[in-house]
Amino acid sequence: MGENNRQLPNQRGYFGEFGGKFVPETLMPALGELEQAYLSARADPAFERRFEQLCRHYVGRPTPLYPAEQLSAEMGGAVILLKREDLAHTGAHKINNALGQGLLAKRMGKTRIIAETGAGQHGVATATVCAMLSLKCIIYMGEDDIKRQSPNVFRMKLLGAEVRSVESGSRTLKDAINEAIRDWVTNVETTYYLFGTVAGPHPYPMIVRDFQSVIGREAKAQIRAMYNRLPDYLVACVGGGSNAMGLFSPFYNNKEVKFIGVEAAGAGLKSGRHAASLSAGRSGVLHGTRSYLLQDSSGQIVETHSIAPGLDYPGVGPEHSYYKDTGRASYVAVTDVEALEGFRLLCHTEGIIPALESAHAIYYGARLAAGLTRDQLVVVNLSGRGDKDLAIVVETMGMEL
Amino acid sequence: MSRIQNIFRPGYRVLIAYLTLGYPSLEATIEAAVLLAGSGCDLIELGIPFSDPLADGATIQKASYQALKRGVTLQVCLETAQEIKRRIATPLVFMGYYNPILNFGLEAFCHSANRAGVDGLIVPDLPPEEGEELEANMKKHGLDPIYLLSPASSEERILLVAQRSRGFIYLVSLTGVTGARQSLSQGLEGFVQRVREKTELPLCVGFGISSSEQAGRVARIADGVIVGSRLIQLIEEDSSLSSLKSFVRSLRETLDQYH
Repeated sequence: MGENNRQLPNQRGYFGEFGGKFVPETLMPALGELEQAYLSARADPAFERRFEQLCRHYVGRPTPLYPAEQLSAEMGGAVILLKREDLAHTGAHKINNALGQGLLAKRMGKTRIIAETGAGQHGVATATVCAMLSLKCIIYMGEDDIKRQSPNVFRMKLLGAEVRSVESGSRTLKDAINEAIRDWVTNVETTYYLFGTVAGPHPYPMIVRDFQSVIGREAKAQIRAMYNRLPDYLVACVGGGSNAMGLFSPFYNNKEVKFIGVEAAGAGLKSGRHAASLSAGRSGVLHGTRSYLLQDSSGQIVETHSIAPGLDYPGVGPEHSYYKDTGRASYVAVTDVEALEGFRLLCHTEGIIPALESAHAIYYGARLAAGLTRDQLVVVNLSGRGDKDLAIVVETMGMEL
Repeated sequence: MSRIQNIFRPGYRVLIAYLTLGYPSLEATIEAAVLLAGSGCDLIELGIPFSDPLADGATIQKASYQALKRGVTLQVCLETAQEIKRRIATPLVFMGYYNPILNFGLEAFCHSANRAGVDGLIVPDLPPEEGEELEANMKKHGLDPIYLLSPASSEERILLVAQRSRGFIYLVSLTGVTGARQSLSQGLEGFVQRVREKTELPLCVGFGISSSEQAGRVARIADGVIVGSRLIQLIEEDSSLSSLKSFVRSLRETLDQYH
């Protein structure tokens, strides 16, 4: 899958001190089998060709790199370019990874697919790929997320997936992952766990990054064709961090390109109601990986908050933790209120309705561009479309329909 | 010989009981531990509550959640273990997920656990590949690392776990999470046999065991039986603990039939 930051992770699945495989014994053989199957698929030109063909003809890739002239003019600084993952099939970048892993599951002879979902985008992408590849599909989703992202629940059901409501803990993404892991431990012989982000135990952070890196490879080729140079900044929202890692990783060795990950500051970092693991967390172990984590003083995982369900997660991918500690990327946090401002800004200036997750990156990218000069280039990953969020936005803005 | 090794004798089947610390209350945990020690249990496993117990089924999930709501931190667990140790001589092990231990500090935790009178640690989300640092600290403070094996474990992994475990090896009876079950896995005998061929360490079987009949089936092939979720259910159903006591006594009687 092309030029990547392939030297990492190391053989034990570590990015510096982050990563690893902190899972029950029952899953250790399955993770080993997954890694072997993935490495063999990655080395097989026929597998890569099939992935690329489906990216083109099924997903609709390459997605455009759109110079947002009105938004750029409004901000009065750098040129803002939007990587239009919202235009990919199913409306978000999640399909890239779901497609890649779906093909891998098929290759491994697995017939039953499970996945977790927060905002529902990964669930929809997984249900879509399972329909296309004739695989049985079960999606775990927190009870609270089912309520606030109901359009995506309908979509998953229409696509033939079974959606299982998770009523434990905070009833959001974290608990959906716990429940999916419990299912996997129980049905490990027949089941493929199609994990949706660059977190979880090794080899998932590597696999998901590699499939998502199609975003960054395209963006690199596109900006070279348009401007004959690389961008000054890449900006993307970070929950678990898959869209950001997909955009960043192909630029890893281009040190002049700065990476900015935008986390969810929720009601504000000082309020304690947020999901900014890198900005406000400490190193710990959750869901099989060592990474930055939001935890209390006795090491219990805390409940998080964000208006964007896809960012509402107390952990983050281990490679982001490594990027943070080595200074390769910087991480900032944007509040619910600011994200809504970014949401409105993009609607009004460009006629594009972003996902609330992506609106975090839009807000920060626009503010960043305002302080830069007109000859600078800022690429913002528009990771998904906002149709799923209309109910939340209408309610929060107090709009009458 | 560690205190855990000492409980295993030729021809004797060990009974291991699990309790979630602080559920339904710290007093109840202490009372239940004393009762278990007096009713034929050879080792007590004290569960440290965690917010995300991904290897546990509904019973222990609920118990952990309730204990955390009552403020049962790792520090409280250490103090309670010490309190239990003051009253009974039965060896104790902690069973807890890795993050609270990591957060406490590996060395500080092992030191405190040893001082509280705990003899070993079971960390269900820490395979031997990730366990070296904790193990080094355990060794320093006289704690036995008890790793788990599952029916899915390869021959290679059986050897790895056998080489790194002390005291006994915890065999997970099935691929799945903790919780009382109607029947045990069909492949259990074959699994225990596969492990037996590769190690001299005692083998104890847990996950899903909820009746004397099941305990008897395990006693035919293994050195010990581990019971957890069913005990929690009995404590919930009868706070006088008399149901717990009669259940544990019946398990002991069953195990005593095997030599």
